[in-house]
Amino acid sequence: MTQANRQLTKTAADRASLSTFDGGLTLVAYKHLSTGSGITTLPQSKRYIIPLQQHIGVISQPIVKTGDRVLKGQMLAKPGDMISAAVHSPVSGTVSDIREHEVPHVSGLSDLCVIIENDFKDEWVARRPLADEYNNSTSSDLRKIVADAGIVGLGGAVFPSSVKQTEMNIRTLILNGVECEPYITCDDALMREYAEQVISGADIIGHIIKARNCIIAIEDNKPQAIAAMQQAIDEDGTGFFQIKIIPTIYPSGGEKQLIKIITDEEVPVNRYPAELGVLCHNVATAYAVHRAVYFDEPLISRITTVTGHGVASPQNIEVLIGTLMSACIEHCGGYTEDSDELIMGGPMMGFALQSDELPVVKATNCLLVTASEENPKPKQHHMPCIRCGKCVDVCPVRLLPQQLYWYASSQNVDRLNEHHLFDCIECGCCAYVCPSDIPLVQYYRYAKTSIRQKERERKASDIARQRHEAHQSRLEKQKREREEKLRKKREMLKTRSEAKGSGKTDSKKAAIEEAIKRAQAKKAERNKSNTD
Amino acid sequence: MLFKRTPSPHIKQDISVQSMMFKVIFALIPGALASIYFFGWGVLFNLAVAISVCLLSEAAILKLRRRDVYHTLQDGSALLTACLLALALPSLAPWWLTATASLFAIAVAKHLYGGLGFNPFNPAMVGYIVVMISFPLEMTLWTAPMGVSNGSIIGWPDFITTFNWVFLGTLPYGETIDSISMATPIDLIKTQLNQMHSVVETRNNADYSALFSSISGTGWQWTNILYLVGGIWLVKQKVADWRIPTAFLISLVLISNLFAVIDYSNNSSALFHALSGGTMLCAFFIATDPVSASTTPRGRWIYGAGIGVLVYVIRSWGGYPDGIAFAVVLMNICAPLIDYYTQPKIYGDPNR
Repeated sequence: MTQANRQLTKTAADRASLSTFDGGLTLVAYKHLSTGSGITTLPQSKRYIIPLQQHIGVISQPIVKTGDRVLKGQMLAKPGDMISAAVHSPVSGTVSDIREHEVPHVSGLSDLCVIIENDFKDEWVARRPLADEYNNSTSSDLRKIVADAGIVGLGGAVFPSSVKQTEMNIRTLILNGVECEPYITCDDALMREYAEQVISGADIIGHIIKARNCIIAIEDNKPQAIAAMQQAIDEDGTGFFQIKIIPTIYPSGGEKQLIKIITDEEVPVNRYPAELGVLCHNVATAYAVHRAVYFDEPLISRITTVTGHGVASPQNIEVLIGTLMSACIEHCGGYTEDSDELIMGGPMMGFALQSDELPVVKATNCLLVTASEENPKPKQHHMPCIRCGKCVDVCPVRLLPQQLYWYASSQNVDRLNEHHLFDCIECGCCAYVCPSDIPLVQYYRYAKTSIRQKERERKASDIARQRHEAHQSRLEKQKREREEKLRKKREMLKTRSEAKGSGKTDSKKAAIEEAIKRAQAKKAERNKSNTD
Repeated sequence: MLFKRTPSPHIKQDISVQSMMFKVIFALIPGALASIYFFGWGVLFNLAVAISVCLLSEAAILKLRRRDVYHTLQDGSALLTACLLALALPSLAPWWLTATASLFAIAVAKHLYGGLGFNPFNPAMVGYIVVMISFPLEMTLWTAPMGVSNGSIIGWPDFITTFNWVFLGTLPYGETIDSISMATPIDLIKTQLNQMHSVVETRNNADYSALFSSISGTGWQWTNILYLVGGIWLVKQKVADWRIPTAFLISLVLISNLFAVIDYSNNSSALFHALSGGTMLCAFFIATDPVSASTTPRGRWIYGAGIGVLVYVIRSWGGYPDGIAFAVVLMNICAPLIDYYTQPKIYGDPNR
């Protein structure tokens, strides 16, 4: 009996106590493709392209300039705001340029990147690792280390980790090793090979957020990872950690779905998991935290799965952030003849890239190359929705995808909001089961974007109107003030002149009055003669 | 390497509208065979006329609307409408009746509203209602089921007689339509009740003993059971939703049982209602038409239950022998409203 099997039987009881979420799918995993060999390391490239926006939040601010010599691990850009993350140089070399470069993004657009020419000297910046001392450090000191290391959620969401770790009253740290998307095995590989380091990183995070326990969630299709992690936990021996083996149902690795499985509670709409006293971190994030604390090493590399039927030898690679994807593919034997699509992320939520001359970023957990046979050509025209409701059955958020589709097509914003469009997690379950082949997620994304756009425009026009009104009232005020001034001036002049020449005016007045009297008398005389 | 860019998800379940439609048609086969066995050639003629007219009118309208005729015809939806209509119409329906119903179902009920996916009412049932209202007499022309005598002949007439009646409107010399047709059990009980004969009396009448040799009527019972079998397969295949037939049958059984318990002699039993007329055809094949039905989980319970109640009301107190078509279309009208008020509480809803 292998250790893995023993582990599976041992935790069968744990599994029985688990809850489940509504909806979800059982998918063919294709995980075996990339788990054959261990994690391999990519040889260094000549040039690295480091996008300044690799995280959720505000773009980071470059602190180097063209021509600067930088060392490995040196910060290239600091966080741009509260919610932002630093980026670092993966190698020692020279900043050859800071310019727009194509980045892996759904939009296919370019973004500001720092371009480093490698000098292959591999010179590190001065490092002062804390190592075991972290036990005596305060939460905020450790949080600073995490922030300075540019660590973000490596499960794919890339939310700055240190920001998440400011949550208070956390009871349980949930370590997410679920990896529910088909094909992806980078977390699996990480747990198999670096279980101890992952546990160590989780312990540090637990220390930061003062969690009482840590639950490590792993899908039941990863027996080797489970065994390795269990061994590391046993060696740790503190009783802080516990593994929960969860059933393989997509999207059980989604934060909210995982929390429901483990706590049997749902994160309230528009609230954070902290509300339930839990905080989720990905296993790879924990590993990065370990590297930061024990080696003072910022997040300059990650483990990425290069897989799919369109790549010659699928495997997990440890790759420096900023490496071109083409180099990764080449390292994995290049494309096969019938390869047709390069996807960053998994087949359910990943997005297709326009080229492979794009840098690997912190979010690149997987490069999936599909081949034409496994990726049937999308139908030119999808069929109309027949409201069969298969999408309702699989939606993990309990939305009504068919109604959302209807309202998204007719751009009925009120109805879209009533049907909770913005709670859609874009997991793709609905589109996967749709018999009419409707690209539902696409419709929702489009609807979300256009509603946000309209909201922005409305806000902008509100601001413009306010400005206009303010401007208008300012003008009026100025006008009033001017008139007031003029009036005052006139009055002043008047009073002044009166005061100046009071004697002269009197004689003038008398003369005028006399003249009037004369005229009146004349008039009266004339009238008299007329009546006579 | 092509660098194609398709939207996510990049994998897809192997399922299509076409495969769903053909599964429904496949599931109809046992019940249809029973129908042919018990009611004769007329059922086949109905199928032939309905299928030709439905497909032709679908093709013609697609052409008018400048749509892809060839591929759209293959989706199987027009074929399914034709089959449902043919199996619902009486076995001695003249060809023009079937043709009118088919034409109306496809041209008006389906395509005038925008075609597949946009029709608010079940096309087959709209076609059925049109001829039901326009030609009430012809809509009662069922043959006596296999093995049952209508007084002149036993069971259904032969091929030639049926053909001549359906397509040419002629009958053998000296015969009237009454000599080859017979009222259905539901119709018979209703007429007898109107003539002050209780249900028990009618069932015990020697003239009808062969018809009532089984609970819900010879032929009708087996046809319904076989539609039920096909329907259960369909639900297991996850093509038909399980909630609608369940809710429909539960509500029909409960309400008919209630009245049967209150007044045994003037009301038929729950089992009679469940296995007679178009009950099972409606439960699994007509009410479950997703386009015109309610689409939320709770809404489907309400929708199915509503049809059950309406079917019973129309059968018992309405002017028509069976109430399936009216019940379904009436609930079709309510479906958008039901959907709106039965949205599920989403993940993390504070009121859940």
